[in-house]
Amino acid sequence: MKKVEMICIVCPMSCRLVIDVDDAGAVQSVAGNSCNRGDIYARKELTNPTRMLTSTVKISGAIYDRLPVITSSDIPKGMMFEVMKALANIEVVAPVKANDIIIENVCNLGINIIASRSMEQVH
Amino acid sequence: MKHFELVVIGGGSAGLAAAVSAYDNGVSNILILERDKELGGILQQCIHNGFGVHTFKEELSGPGFAERFIDLVNKKHISYKLNAMVIHLNDDKILEYVSPEEGYVVIQAGAIVLAMGCRERTRGAIAVPGYRPSGVWSAGTAQRYLNMEGFMVGKKIFILGSGDIGLIMARRLTLEGAEVKGVAEIMPYSNGLPRNIKQCLEDFDIPLFLSHTITKIDGLDRVSGVTIAQVDGSMQPIEGTEKTFDVDTVLFSIGLIPENALSEEANIDMDPKTRGPKVDESYQTSLRGVFACGNVLHVHDLVDFVAEEGTKAGVAAAKYINEKLKSGSIINTIPKEGIGYIVPQRIQAINCDKTVELMFRVRKQYKNVELVIKRDDEVLRVIKKKHLAPAEMEKVILKASDVAECQHSLSIEVVEVAA
Ligand SMILES: Cc1cc2nc3c(=O)[nH]c(=O)nc-3n(C[C@H](O)[C@H](O)[C@H](O)COP(=O)(O)OP(=O)(O)OC[C@H]3O[C@@H](n4cnc5c(N)ncnc54)[C@H](O)[C@@H]3O)c2cc1C
Ligand code: SF4
Repeated sequence: MKKVEMICIVCPMSCRLVIDVDDAGAVQSVAGNSCNRGDIYARKELTNPTRMLTSTVKISGAIYDRLPVITSSDIPKGMMFEVMKALANIEVVAPVKANDIIIENVCNLGINIIASRSMEQVH
Repeated sequence: MKHFELVVIGGGSAGLAAAVSAYDNGVSNILILERDKELGGILQQCIHNGFGVHTFKEELSGPGFAERFIDLVNKKHISYKLNAMVIHLNDDKILEYVSPEEGYVVIQAGAIVLAMGCRERTRGAIAVPGYRPSGVWSAGTAQRYLNMEGFMVGKKIFILGSGDIGLIMARRLTLEGAEVKGVAEIMPYSNGLPRNIKQCLEDFDIPLFLSHTITKIDGLDRVSGVTIAQVDGSMQPIEGTEKTFDVDTVLFSIGLIPENALSEEANIDMDPKTRGPKVDESYQTSLRGVFACGNVLHVHDLVDFVAEEGTKAGVAAAKYINEKLKSGSIINTIPKEGIGYIVPQRIQAINCDKTVELMFRVRKQYKNVELVIKRDDEVLRVIKKKHLAPAEMEKVILKASDVAECQHSLSIEVVEVAA
C-alpha cells in the first residue's frame, strides 16, 4: 500500500487529494475531495489521465470571429494536439447555439466538439 | 431625468447575478449598464472549462457560464444597455453614461450595485529596464485577442507572473503552436491556483521559475529576448543568476486591481488592502443604497463565489428599495496576524438572518496552522488548516446568533501550532 498525493484539477477549489494505492497499483480509497468529481478524477489520473479540451474555431457572421468550443467529455491527455489539428480547418457560420455539435466523433475518440456558447447572426 | 429603482453598473457575472436576484425579490424597474458590446464580462474571454461546478453542477466554459445568467436576464425581461459606459457617479446616486445610440445621458438611481470588475496591473506598475518594443502584453489582453478576435500575439513567449491568467495563457498558446519558454514568479510560491500549475504548466513541461524576476527585455522594435534572475529575500536580483531566453513576446500576469474610479468619485470609503469599497454584511458601501459585489469589491478566483456575492447584493438592494434594510450597531472585522483582508469590513447583526460569511486571504503560505476567530477578545472558533495560500480565498461561516452577542469586533488570525 502506498499513499499518492495530488491536486484535483476539475474545478478551481483545487482540493488536495490523498489516494491509497495497493501494491497491484489499484486505487483503494480517495480522501480530501469535496465532491464526487474529485474521486473520479483521482482514479482516472492514476490509470488513464484525461483532460477537457477548450479552444476556438473560426466563425463568420457573428459578433466576434471566434466561436469557443469544448470537448463533450474528457479526452486522453496525449490526444490534445491531435484534436487541436482537427479544429484548425473548421469554419462555421452564425447562428450557433450552445451545445451544437461542431465536429462529430473527433479523431475517432467517440466524443464530439461542441459550441460552448451561442452566437447569433449579426449584420 | 429618468429614474430607475436599481441601476447595476457592469454586466459581468456579479452584475447579472445581482440584477436577477433583485428582480426575484420584487424589484422590477432595473437597468444594467455595460460598456462592452455584449453582456458576460471577463467570462467571455475565459474559454477554458471549470466554471460553475458548484452553481450549476456542470463543468462549463466561461462563456457557457455567462450564457446561463444572460438567459435568466432575458427571460425576466430585465433591461440592459450595451456600449453604455458610466463616466460619472455622485453621492446623490446620479449617474452619467455615454453610448453611441443615446449620446450623453444622466439618470437617477434609487439604489446602485457596483459590479465593474477589475483590470490588470500593467507593466508600468513594475518598472522593467529596456526599450519599449512591441510584443509586450498583459496576459488578459492577449487572451481577449486570441479567444475572441483570433490573433496570436507571438510564437516564442515568456510569461512574467504566475497569476491564473498567465498560466491559462501558457497552455492556450502552447496548444495553438507557440513555444512558451517559461514563467517567472518573484514570490517563492505561485499566485495561481494549484490546478492551473498542474494542468497548464506541468502537463506541457513548461518551467516555473519561482523567486525569479525579469531584469531586462531586449529588442528595439520587437522583443528579441528576455533575461531573468533569481531574487534574494528583499526581492533584489542576485548577480550571476541571470538566464536569457530567445523570445518575441512577453506576457505580464502580475495581478488584478478592482476598477474603482467611479466609487472613488462618489467618495465611497475604500479598503486600501482590497482596493475595493468597504462593505457591510449586506454588501452595502459607506454610501447608503450603494452596494458592491464581484471583482470590484475584491479579486475573486471562483466565479461561483462572484455569483453568490452578486446574488446577496441583489437581495440586499431589494431590501433597501423596499425599506427593509436596517441600520444597527456596527461590529468591525479585523484582519490580524497573517490575514491580508476580510470582507465584509463591518457587520450589523440586525440584518443577519442565519449566518454571516467572512471571506479573506492570508498573506503568505502556511502549513498545519490554526485559524483563530475571536469575538471581542474571546476565542469563538478555531479551525485547523493543513494548508493556506494567498492564491486561495478562504471563507468562514459564523452563526448569526454568535455574531449578535459581539460588542465591537470580530478578528481572524493565523496561529502556528507547535508540531
Ligand atoms: C482570466 C481569468 C480567468 C478566470 N478563470 C476562472 C475559472 O477558471 N473558474 C472560475 O470559477 N473563475 C475564474 N475566474 C474568476 C471569475 O470568472 C471572475 O472573477 C468573475 O467572472 C468576475 O465577475 P465580475 O462580474 O466581478 O467582473 P467582470 O466579469 O469583469 O465584469 C465587469 C463588467 O463591468 C463592465 N464595466 C466596468 N466599468 C464599467 C463602466 N464604467 N460602465 C459600464 N460598464 C462597466 C465591464 O465591461 C465588465 O463587463 C477567472 C477570472 C479571470 C480574470
Ligand atoms: S474534489 Fe470537487 S470541489 Fe474539490 S476540486 Fe475536485 S471538483 Fe472541485
